[in-house]
Amino acid sequence: MIENKAMIRTFLSRYIRNYDLKDDTDIFGGGLVNSLFAMQLIAFLEKEFAITIENRDLKLDNFRTVNAMAAFIETKA
Amino acid sequence: MNIQLSEQQKKDQYAFREFVNNEIIPNAGRHDSEERLPEELIVKLAGQGCSGALLPEKYGGRAMDYITYGLLNEELGRGCASVRGFMMMQNMVALTLLKWGTEEQKERWLGKIASGEAIAAFALTEPETGSDAMHIETSFADNGSTIIINGHKKWITLGQIADLFLVFGKMRGKLSAVLVEKGAPGFKRTPMAGLLGVRASMLAELHFENCTVPQENLVGRPGFGFVPVGITALNLGRYSIAWGCVGIGQACLDACIEHTSTRKQFGDYLKNHQLIQEMIANMTVNLKAGRLLCYQAGRMQEEGDQNAIMEIMVAKYYTSKMAFSIANDAVQIHGATGCSSNSAVQRHLRDAKIMEIIEGTSQIHQIKIADYAYREYADRF
Repeated sequence: MIENKAMIRTFLSRYIRNYDLKDDTDIFGGGLVNSLFAMQLIAFLEKEFAITIENRDLKLDNFRTVNAMAAFIETKA
Repeated sequence: MNIQLSEQQKKDQYAFREFVNNEIIPNAGRHDSEERLPEELIVKLAGQGCSGALLPEKYGGRAMDYITYGLLNEELGRGCASVRGFMMMQNMVALTLLKWGTEEQKERWLGKIASGEAIAAFALTEPETGSDAMHIETSFADNGSTIIINGHKKWITLGQIADLFLVFGKMRGKLSAVLVEKGAPGFKRTPMAGLLGVRASMLAELHFENCTVPQENLVGRPGFGFVPVGITALNLGRYSIAWGCVGIGQACLDACIEHTSTRKQFGDYLKNHQLIQEMIANMTVNLKAGRLLCYQAGRMQEEGDQNAIMEIMVAKYYTSKMAFSIANDAVQIHGATGCSSNSAVQRHLRDAKIMEIIEGTSQIHQIKIADYAYREYADRF
């Protein structure tokens, strides 16, 4: 999970610059990203972690923070 | 990047080209003047695998890879932008349901769309809301077992004939998407006519007055209607348009090569006049550049690359401007003939203008592409 978090942080750092992003920072609530980012995030998670994000996974709480995304990936493994 | 087509892709490309030459191009002018696609053509398109081009075989689709699908879009776009638009719409809705629909929605609709038994349409735009999709006014009231829709959609491609609509609205203030069948109570449509281009798109206005659909028709979850459901569809639409614009450009270049090789002025063929050569050279270079952008975007989409959505925007932005520029020069080269309603190049010019507006205007694309550039190249200084 630690490695997964590092990969997610690296991905996010390309979109969210000049910001001290913590593992529990709410990236959606803070207005840090836009709609196209959300699509790129889905593509990133699906490709890098070989998972499929489906209808039932569409809960903001799955993607809100680095911690949430890492936990979500674990559930899909 | 390897852009060599496989033997199968070359065979498919040849078959697409033959189909377009024989079945589409001879009738494209009539589609334009009559502002409709004949029912028998729609049946043929489904039979050719166009309606379910990207769907898996288990749903009756052709399971095309994105490059093959691009080649199909180029060829259809070369023949008739309205026909390509028909195919685009079917695949936009079908793939969006495949990705974000429930199992029941997939089982009920994907086979029907692939076979042509059901025609699908995408209903986002409203009279007062185009680019600013976040502020659509259509409302979805959730009363537990049903969803009650009130609102008005406009400029909906295939709205006159579609059996199924993927409709966007707000549920509890959150952007959401629902499926609406043509016979739903409270649903009406009004045909639209007289557009500048892509005139056989059979556009309609849609009216929802306490239109009631089952709760099971919700696609995705409340709040996820535009992202990811709507953008999944728009991304596929932009990919189709980008390749379709390459087709428009190729059609215009082909027409110009023929015209300038057979028409003489001042005692010499037009092709030997240097100002004509300048236009032909620019058309050729821009067309090749646009096609390469499409290949790159298609490869990235096929690989699930996170930047595919942006490279598709780059391709759509470039090729739509390219198609308009090439078609404009093609009319110029054809002179008075090119201004005739019988001329294909004037139709291509009108169609190309629409491509700079639909599925995101050029200006919206520029804003997003600039943002992409600042992100991609921020580490270079």
